[in-house]
Amino acid sequence: MTNSLKKGLNKNIVAEISQKKNEPQWMLDFRLKALETFERKPMPTWGADLSHLDHTDIYYYVKPVEKQSREWKDVPDSIKKTFDALGIIEAEQTMLAGVGAQFESEVVYKSLKKEWADQGVIFCDMDSAVKEHSELVKKYFSTIIPPGDNKFAALNSAVWSGGSFVYIPKGVRVEMPLQAYFRIDQESMGQFERTLIIAEPGSYVHYVEGCSAPVYQSSSLHSAVVEIVALEDAHVRYTTIQNWSSNVYNLVTKRAVAHKNATVEWIDGNFGSKVTMKYPCIILKGEGAKGQVISIAVAGKDQHQDAGAKIIHCAPRTSSNIVSKSISKNGGIASYRGLLKILKGATGAKSRVQCDALLLDELSRSDTYPTVDCKEEQVDIGHEASVGKVSEEQLFYLMSRGLSAQEASAMIVNGFIDVFVKELPMEYAVEINRLIAHEMEGSIG
Amino acid sequence: MLFLDNFSVFIDDVSIVQAVSLNLDKGQMHVCMGPNGSGKSSLAYALAGHPRYKTKGTAQLNGNNLLDLSPDKRAKLGLFLSMQHPQEVPGVTVRMLLKEAFCALYPEQSLKVFEERLKVALELLQFEPLFLARSINEGFSGGEKKRCEMVQLFVLQPKLAILDEIDSGLDVDALKCVGEALHQFKKICPESSLLLITHYQRILKYVEPDVVHVLKGGKLVASGTAHLVHSIQERGYDQFS
Repeated sequence: MTNSLKKGLNKNIVAEISQKKNEPQWMLDFRLKALETFERKPMPTWGADLSHLDHTDIYYYVKPVEKQSREWKDVPDSIKKTFDALGIIEAEQTMLAGVGAQFESEVVYKSLKKEWADQGVIFCDMDSAVKEHSELVKKYFSTIIPPGDNKFAALNSAVWSGGSFVYIPKGVRVEMPLQAYFRIDQESMGQFERTLIIAEPGSYVHYVEGCSAPVYQSSSLHSAVVEIVALEDAHVRYTTIQNWSSNVYNLVTKRAVAHKNATVEWIDGNFGSKVTMKYPCIILKGEGAKGQVISIAVAGKDQHQDAGAKIIHCAPRTSSNIVSKSISKNGGIASYRGLLKILKGATGAKSRVQCDALLLDELSRSDTYPTVDCKEEQVDIGHEASVGKVSEEQLFYLMSRGLSAQEASAMIVNGFIDVFVKELPMEYAVEINRLIAHEMEGSIG
Repeated sequence: MLFLDNFSVFIDDVSIVQAVSLNLDKGQMHVCMGPNGSGKSSLAYALAGHPRYKTKGTAQLNGNNLLDLSPDKRAKLGLFLSMQHPQEVPGVTVRMLLKEAFCALYPEQSLKVFEERLKVALELLQFEPLFLARSINEGFSGGEKKRCEMVQLFVLQPKLAILDEIDSGLDVDALKCVGEALHQFKKICPESSLLLITHYQRILKYVEPDVVHVLKGGKLVASGTAHLVHSIQERGYDQFS
């Protein structure tokens, strides 16, 4: 008899998860209540097709030790090839594939850790935070995304494991991006990670998670919850690059609350997966709050990227900016689903929405579902959408300069997503450009 | 250098250029003139390998058959086409395009050579270095587009450059700039050949053509020395039939 939990989900499994983690009673109660909510809520039918997702056929908790037992030879060749194309070093490859345990950045991480601690910054995994910073966690945990928000937020609430906890004290500016990368352990890349970021007044933090290399998960469901609280004058930027293997349902809830004059930015890159449903949300709660969502989604063969953004203007002089870029190829489907809501009293609110889709072939598809719900008259809203193809003339122009068809189309695609790539830390930007070049292989005849 | 024999161009089986034969030697400059719609641009695009055009006959560059090759392979043989309406590629900066193209054409060369050529080109074409950070052709004025094509010419230093109306849409100052740059190019790359497609005599003030061709109704109706240009200016294209 092994130590692993069984497939499927019930009260006993949830209790067992909590017990294995030695959690306080309040967290167990929270989990069990969330489980009820999960069981009660129907599957969402308004978005991507989830009819093949079988909840009884999923492991909801896998102990880190067991995850490591996967062997390199079990990792699919397509993933290994992508690692090579991206120039990912071997140690990192094994970690990303869920084979190895540690990544050699431990040393770098230690010195940074001291620097953060001196500033009063807390950056640890969520499991530890529940025990070591319980007052802070209790105060904010699930206040932004309650379990009842949606079926998958409820699921995450019941079975969550890993993720990051970040606390930035008043007035502290963390200049170097906090990277989940640096303290990567098996759990932080788990299926149901839970992240909470609290930025006290006047603080600044840039949190970066994921990387462009494909994350191989044998498990087929990834459902994370990310909550951000940006208090007065705080500035939080959250950058995600995810590249899931093509068997994964990636159903993520991300939401931030921006208080008076605070700024929240979601920079969100979605590659891979079978189905992604993700709509980073910003509630502009305080006067003068600003929100920005810049995202790209790349949908290839048998993939549906249903992604977008939600902004809710609740206060006067709040402003928002959404830039969404999608690329569909080899029959992939990319949908933009956006909600812009302006409440009565949010006078002088400003919002810009721009969504551009690029289709690389006739088989692929792009849909746009923008919803605007405006209850205030004194506002300034702009919406632009475009659907384009890689044109024969552009290809010819670049090829006549000596670039192969593949190089030329990669250049056009990289140009198309440049507004996104520009927002990334340098090393990520380089990787994304390489990833696009790699993805273009075989896409253009 | 460029050898055309009975070279014909079609779009969807419609004949656009008929049985053109010419021989453009190393270091020579030929000018191709003709009324609108006479097939000049089609000839240029077909030589560069645009997929819309079908061809018959022979087109060789330094003995290499061009016609079965994709546009990038033709570029690698040393062919360059400066376009009348160069394409915008949003998000792709001028520097990015220049550098990638240079690396594709000169895989063995160091980037130092690239930077040197680029510096010369920017000075001659009167661009500030900041220009390199702009998206290629996006929001460019007519003059900027043509000067940018010229920058590419200097950086890529092709064996044969076909310049399609490099002098159209230019004001007096821009014309002078492009004309003088062309003059310099001939000095820097004396072995490169040029095929200049134009409507006007004015650019020829800066560079002396070795041969002038007249293309009318898709046919090469006259070839001769620079004097032919004056005759066209005076009596138009009706004199050719």
